Amino acid sequence: MLSYALKRLAILAVSLAVASLVIFLVVEVAPGDPASYMLGINARPDTVAALRTELGLDLPKWERYLAWIGGMLQGDFGTSYTYRAPVAQMVTERLWVSLPLALYALTLSTLIAFPAGIYAAARRGRAGDIGVMGATQLGIAVPNFWFAMLLVLLFALKLRWFSAGGFPGWETPLAALKALTLPAVALALPQAAILARVMRSSLIDILHEDFIRTARAKGLSRRQALWRHGVRNALIPVLTILGLQFSFLLAGAIIIEQVFFLPGLGRLIFQAITQRDLIVVESVVMLLVFAVISVNFLTDLAYAAADPRLRAAR
Amino acid sequence: MSVSIGSKYPGESRQGRDGAAPRLLEIDRLSLHIHGRQILDDISLEIAPGEIVALTGESGSGKSMTALATIGLLPPAAETRGALRLGGADLLGLSEARLCALRGREIGMIFQEPMTALNPVMRIGDQVAETILVHKAMPRAAARVRAAEVLARVGLPAERVPPSRFPHELSGGQRQRVVIAMAIALRPRLLIADEPTTALDVTTQAQILDLLRDLVREERMGLMMITHDLAVVSEMADRIAVMKAGRIVEQGETRALFREMRHPYTRQLFEASRHRADLPGARAEAPLLRVDEVTRRYPGRRALFAPAPGLIAVNGVSFEIRRGERVGLVGESGCGKSTLARAILGLEPVQAGEITLDGMPVYSQGRPDPSVRRRVQVVFQDPYGSFNPRHKVGRLIAEPFHLLPDPPKGATREHAIAEALTAVGLQPAHAESYIHAFSGGQRQRIAIARALIIRPELVIFDEAVSALDVRVRAQILDLIADLSRQYGLTYLFISHDLSVVRGITDRVLVMRAGEIVEQGPTEAVFDRPGHCYTKSLLAAAPSLPQPPGGGESDAGQPEAR
Repeated sequence: MLSYALKRLAILAVSLAVASLVIFLVVEVAPGDPASYMLGINARPDTVAALRTELGLDLPKWERYLAWIGGMLQGDFGTSYTYRAPVAQMVTERLWVSLPLALYALTLSTLIAFPAGIYAAARRGRAGDIGVMGATQLGIAVPNFWFAMLLVLLFALKLRWFSAGGFPGWETPLAALKALTLPAVALALPQAAILARVMRSSLIDILHEDFIRTARAKGLSRRQALWRHGVRNALIPVLTILGLQFSFLLAGAIIIEQVFFLPGLGRLIFQAITQRDLIVVESVVMLLVFAVISVNFLTDLAYAAADPRLRAAR
Repeated sequence: MSVSIGSKYPGESRQGRDGAAPRLLEIDRLSLHIHGRQILDDISLEIAPGEIVALTGESGSGKSMTALATIGLLPPAAETRGALRLGGADLLGLSEARLCALRGREIGMIFQEPMTALNPVMRIGDQVAETILVHKAMPRAAARVRAAEVLARVGLPAERVPPSRFPHELSGGQRQRVVIAMAIALRPRLLIADEPTTALDVTTQAQILDLLRDLVREERMGLMMITHDLAVVSEMADRIAVMKAGRIVEQGETRALFREMRHPYTRQLFEASRHRADLPGARAEAPLLRVDEVTRRYPGRRALFAPAPGLIAVNGVSFEIRRGERVGLVGESGCGKSTLARAILGLEPVQAGEITLDGMPVYSQGRPDPSVRRRVQVVFQDPYGSFNPRHKVGRLIAEPFHLLPDPPKGATREHAIAEALTAVGLQPAHAESYIHAFSGGQRQRIAIARALIIRPELVIFDEAVSALDVRVRAQILDLIADLSRQYGLTYLFISHDLSVVRGITDRVLVMRAGEIVEQGPTEAVFDRPGHCYTKSLLAAAPSLPQPPGGGESDAGQPEAR
């Protein structure tokens, strides 16, 4: 188990190094001068030159790469050109919205998907299964921003249970959580629909395995066999999807953040791109890569926890 | 449940058949329909405590359905008639909850495939303890102790195989022992074993059969044993029921049944089981295949900072096959048989030595040589798994044509396909069907047609008849012998089944742990084995009783060469 974890950790480190190099090369070495790109075509040459010096673009490339990496390792992500503020600080503020939102949505989607998937698998082909599968079709087909608008119409405008948008900050935790609820639900529903389908098909496969029959021959009821022997074995494909979904939720909430006026990472990166703030783009992308790779690492560890065969072998 | 657990029925001895003794299991005129199709037709069968009753017959005869009916695990659409009494109480009318209380406690069941019968993510001790816990027979701690006891009883003592192991850390035979431990943990009165040793090697099979026999005698369980293997049946069972198409066609005491064999079907099964193909005489010609000091190593999985331990699958193996010869390669799973076959086919490189066909190396300059490769073809065990289900049979059997520099087209191609199909006893029209439309035996014929279509000189059969029913197997072996006569083919016949190899080969190689430990003319090796490993293999293999009339012995049939 330890050697498995160490190996995954080594893979994580190598992936990060490679990713940082690729991001650096794409943003800084790609044709075109970042400084003139950031300032737009009408910029005066001396402004461009000043920005070049400020960004350190006159230094050799490897030196700039090392400075960038070194800075990030110390938590210094550089200074945003448009906001004139440290990127690290901006990202941290946004992360306090995006990370809880992603976790909230992921928890909701798991809480909906697991019971729904297991229920549908247990009643395969019967009315309950058909109902759940129909609902998941709907969940996948309907875009989440439309869900979001329906939620706002119903719960914010009509029932007035929640506010229609904005974020009060974590000084008032309950209010913050309440503000995140509608966006989290809007994000979670389509994810839950996918997850429930994966759970169902994975579990149905497992229920045809010989060891389920063995369990039944021992005297377990259908329900006991499903819970004690089916669910854990069905978990591996589900964990894969969960890992992918978390990465998506962290950065993919741009539209939902727009709908609910949430100051999250998605909006930050969207604004940074429209304002050509390459330093912010570079840092946020690196951060997201870090998040995705870390989540993959955690998923790998979760695999090993779920399946002993993986601990020994790799 | 009214019955106490672990009672030994002290008063009863083996007087099961004199009518007055209590029956453990009584199947009384049981009929079964699934979706309106008749699966079982008027089955009557009795098992007394301490008695082993075998159900035998070919696939689809209803053996397994009888077992599933007994343990109450029939598919939901099943409709039953008749009665199925355990200790006098009819099981057919019981509610699902009552059946759950019965399974594992009164009736234990062992399945065929030990590799998949265990939950891969649960420790073996916990899986055995679960049988006890689900019936709330003991508190948790006591259940763990009992689980360890039972595992030790089936030959997995904690000091050698700790109960904390996971199934993937065990061999197939050890896993089957775990399955048996789960089934007997609560000392059920009736044990059902569905092909319990079919997936195992002969020596492992012998150990598992011994274990089952001991358990039945000691614990006075009744054992319903389901197997297609008449030799196993004849060595294990007190009584036999022969099934065909959902009916019991003949049943009786084992020795009497083998002596009389009143029903023609029983006789057919028996004859097919000891079938020897009529081989044409082997010609002493020049060597075709030469395997010279061949070694195949697999690099081990690398640990993070440790050197990689390797695995030597084939270790310095040398032999020759002459043109027209039929050579058998026997050995237990993992001995390197299949690796050797792949190396001969040029499917993987060897680390040392050389394999040549007619003097030409099959693998040269890091890749298989196509001009040599097309002279060797292979037939695998699983005829269904080796075909693409979306292609028509004509296209499937024409596949080896890609090995030719100038593959035939149009009418020549059609003609070759028709000829290959005819050669294996099928119709040219079958080329237009898909593979799922054929039976197991027909699929194996198609696999042979595919191997023959480019007129190879050497055909490798890798467990090619192992999955077939005995009567079909006999037909395929005859076909293989005919083809050898007709086309002058050379065979390498790989199998773990000694009796099959004996019936179809002139010479045999015995392989163990990557090395060939003995080789020689088939009859000589089987009659007078030289190496102790060969002796133990032969001793472990169950054998059929003398045929009725008792004239010719199993060993010395005149037509066998």
